[in-house]
Amino acid sequence: MNGFEPYNDPGFLAQAWQQLGVFWSFDDMNATWVLVGSLLLGMSASVIGAFAFLRKRSLLGDALAHAALPGVMMAFLLSGSRDAEIIFAGALVSSLLGFWLIDWLPKNTKIKPDAALAITLSFFFALGLMLLSYIQNTSLPDKSGLDKLLFGQAAAITSNDIDLLLYVTTLVLVTVVVFFQKFRLIAFNRVYAETLGVPVRFYEVVLAILIVLSVVVGLQLVGVVLMAAILLTPIAAARFWSHQLSHLLTLAALFGALSASLGAQISYVAPAMPTGPWIVVSLSLLFFISFIFAPRQGLIKRYLDDRALKQRVIQENILRTLYKLLERSHFQRNGFSLAEITELRSMSGTELRNRLAEMVRRGWVKQNRQQYALSEKGLLKAVKLTRRHRLWESYLSQHADMTSDQVHQQAERIEHILNREQEEQIVAELMEHFDPHGAPIPGLSDNQGHPS
Amino acid sequence: MSNQPPLKVDQLSIRYHHKPVLTDVSFEIPPGQTVAIVGPNGAGKSSLLKGIMNLTPAIQGKVQFYGRTLEEKRLTTAYVPQREEIDWDFPINVMDVVLMGRHGQLKFWQRPSRCDRQIAEQALKDLKMWDFRDRQIAQLSGGQQQRVFLARALAQQASLYLMDEPFAGVDVATEKTIIELFKQLKAKGNTVVCVHHDLNTVGEYFDHVILINARLIAAGPAHQVLTQANLNKTYGGRLSLLNDLTEQMYRSRLDNAHPGD
Amino acid sequence: MSTLFQSFNLSDWVLDLWILATASLVAAACALVGVFLILRRQALMGDAISHSVLLGIVLAYLISGTNALWVMLLGAVIIGLVTAWLSETLHKVSRLQSDASIGIVFTLFFSIGVILVSLYTGQIDLDQECVLYGEIAFVPFDTVIWGDMETGTDLGPRAFWLILIVFAVVLISLLVGFERLKTVTFHPSLAVSLGINITFWHYFLMTLVSMTTVASFDAVGAILVVALLIIPAATAYLLARSLKTMLWLAVAYSQMAVWLGYAIAFWLNSAIAAAIAVSAGLLMGLTLVLIQLSKQYHKRTHAHPLRQIKD
Repeated sequence: MNGFEPYNDPGFLAQAWQQLGVFWSFDDMNATWVLVGSLLLGMSASVIGAFAFLRKRSLLGDALAHAALPGVMMAFLLSGSRDAEIIFAGALVSSLLGFWLIDWLPKNTKIKPDAALAITLSFFFALGLMLLSYIQNTSLPDKSGLDKLLFGQAAAITSNDIDLLLYVTTLVLVTVVVFFQKFRLIAFNRVYAETLGVPVRFYEVVLAILIVLSVVVGLQLVGVVLMAAILLTPIAAARFWSHQLSHLLTLAALFGALSASLGAQISYVAPAMPTGPWIVVSLSLLFFISFIFAPRQGLIKRYLDDRALKQRVIQENILRTLYKLLERSHFQRNGFSLAEITELRSMSGTELRNRLAEMVRRGWVKQNRQQYALSEKGLLKAVKLTRRHRLWESYLSQHADMTSDQVHQQAERIEHILNREQEEQIVAELMEHFDPHGAPIPGLSDNQGHPS
Repeated sequence: MSNQPPLKVDQLSIRYHHKPVLTDVSFEIPPGQTVAIVGPNGAGKSSLLKGIMNLTPAIQGKVQFYGRTLEEKRLTTAYVPQREEIDWDFPINVMDVVLMGRHGQLKFWQRPSRCDRQIAEQALKDLKMWDFRDRQIAQLSGGQQQRVFLARALAQQASLYLMDEPFAGVDVATEKTIIELFKQLKAKGNTVVCVHHDLNTVGEYFDHVILINARLIAAGPAHQVLTQANLNKTYGGRLSLLNDLTEQMYRSRLDNAHPGD
Repeated sequence: MSTLFQSFNLSDWVLDLWILATASLVAAACALVGVFLILRRQALMGDAISHSVLLGIVLAYLISGTNALWVMLLGAVIIGLVTAWLSETLHKVSRLQSDASIGIVFTLFFSIGVILVSLYTGQIDLDQECVLYGEIAFVPFDTVIWGDMETGTDLGPRAFWLILIVFAVVLISLLVGFERLKTVTFHPSLAVSLGINITFWHYFLMTLVSMTTVASFDAVGAILVVALLIIPAATAYLLARSLKTMLWLAVAYSQMAVWLGYAIAFWLNSAIAAAIAVSAGLLMGLTLVLIQLSKQYHKRTHAHPLRQIKD
């Protein structure tokens, strides 16, 4: 490969474009099958990976994929052929051996589970590489292409491989659909499933076999080294969008299929490009997009929520301050200056003015030159808030053995989230209707001092 | 440090994700006494100790040691964690574990000196573990493991000891040794604070009791605090409304949004 | 006598010596660092960093345009720390499990590394092969020359000097910080309560891991280094009763693996690095078998075990 610089050639882009055209015109049967295969593989791997993720064994797939390598090499050495079925059988056997070792080590020795995973992964992989280098130094026919299993090479896939890929991924998807309820139960709460008499061990082995199957048929496309990502990243990305398992699985399948087909196309168009890394890069891109932009739990959404909440809290505090001032003037005067407000509630002048301007727009506050007054709507809101604040204060001081200072700090926060129902519950549990500072608790239909 | 209490907790609140573990706990303890923190399972006893040692971040509240911050009083405060916390397969022997108690005094490149070794030796002898000094920790029984932890705390030569369930799952001999240790420590004017789960022995082993259940129920001398009314309050369930609303508050991230204080 | 000498090619012999010396140092440095990864249950972090280091090397080369030793070291250390930091941040901010966030980060970094290697194959002295196997057999040919290219003295292989420096750094760090590392590793919460900054020591260790993996990269590649980090240390963990013996045992196992691996590679005519990693695993398997057998033996011969082993 040394000295070979395919991507600096100016004609390369045009050529790539043309190749892409061929890929999508469905004239090239092999290209079409590669596309179908990668879509199916992406789907089945993501779905089965989701269960491993929920069982908190995210990197199991990584180890099992690495563990497949020596099996492939042994199968080739023993049979001398590169038939998809033989390679598949070899990979299956050694992956299952790896699964057994990962399970056995922590149970029977001092080795901890994370170390068991790393030991299995690196030992099997080293064994695979040793056999591969041995094979490459022999004169066996047909040996080229075995190294493509490491990073995946879509263009090297044969129609025989594709057939197997189709069978296995279909089997995996059908099994998941059939066992969905049981898998979900075990993923959610293993111990509980055991108490129900569910043969947990059996389903776990089935799950492991399904993982191994997806991993093994994915070797040609994704490669040994990066198989972990296609099992893990789709579900991790999907998690930001939904909480419902069926939606999660659908989304993960979508992400997996999308990236797998993307990687396959890139590698098909530029054959020197390994497929696996491109699949992983596009998956990671989807992951970070989800992480940042997802509408319910994305970073941006969280930031906006926090900001909106902060502004609401400040506005509600100002409303309550205005009510307090009103109360102090014995409901004789409605209209207070900025100085009077900041005296009761310390905040910067600009901040206060900005929030007040907004409150005027909302019709909670009326501005008359430098005086701010509660409107009818604002008063109702302020009464409600004050009532909640003082109700909570009395609740705490009567039930929770706190000083009036501590009680006030708690109420400052809780007042913003109390709802009608909880308010009624507090009233029911209260013994006296004065707050611990001695101020009266305004009633809901309290029209006392209503500014006209 | 004359009239400052060894430990003063002011409005400490701790949460786990959104669940309130402790809300607004305030108390102070007198010097030279044995103090028990008592409450039902899940009441936040261990969390209180961890919050005091700043091992679990508190969301609010202040803790003072003899009127100072933890940083200033690190060396005089020894913490004994629960036994489950560590890997007992770790390749280390008893003596080395006890010597770790001296690390607060050592710079990172320093090895324990002869003097440190003498202190560790005395601590092991006090807990009747000197004969086991070369054992690997996996070869000890539960009670012996607990005594190693206590010896390590002793080697810190602190004046305030915070212990998380030292009596949990230990044999009678160890229990007696621990009680003996408490007496010695008290005789030197040191203070011991323990998370304790056994109501039958609280009055016998401890001078001062703090009852908690997600919030402070009562704190004071054992004979005053251990009343039927207080115990009913501690073990009789929580204020559900208070708990629900505090959780809702954390969930809404309101405490971040609130300006000031 | 003289005929024997003639048939025995002296320069071949020197080459083998360089290869063995490099492999020994790589294995020893990995074993020392690996002990702490095993005890701190961060085996997977070691896996992650050894993968990510590829990206660090490629980026350092592409940005600086040289493959000077310190540039490679710097690139690898930075990317190693970024891997550790990003996995932890992702775990905290997005509430993903920590192994999942490690998996997402290192597969991404490694993929970008591989893609860059494929893109710039002609310009970088790297290809997919050497990412996987390393090129320990070619190590002796890439030498450091002191002074002028033509007339300067040949100081020996570059990879050897790199791993020698890193081994020295690892050894000195462990000697100086031994007590602290022991406390932080054995009992993090005690360390915190004693006022030790555990975050610092975490990243300190991650720096050592990154340096060791990059120095091993030339010799054994990005993935086989995981075997050398984890397997000898894990084998030592099975036997050791103190941290010091565990470190010595891990180094001893790693050296045995080097010699055995070299012999296997010679016998099978296969990749040396892979054979060394495989022999580390074989030695572990042998140790496990012996431990299990002695357990059986103890059970049968003693009705009550002499010393109580936690079961």
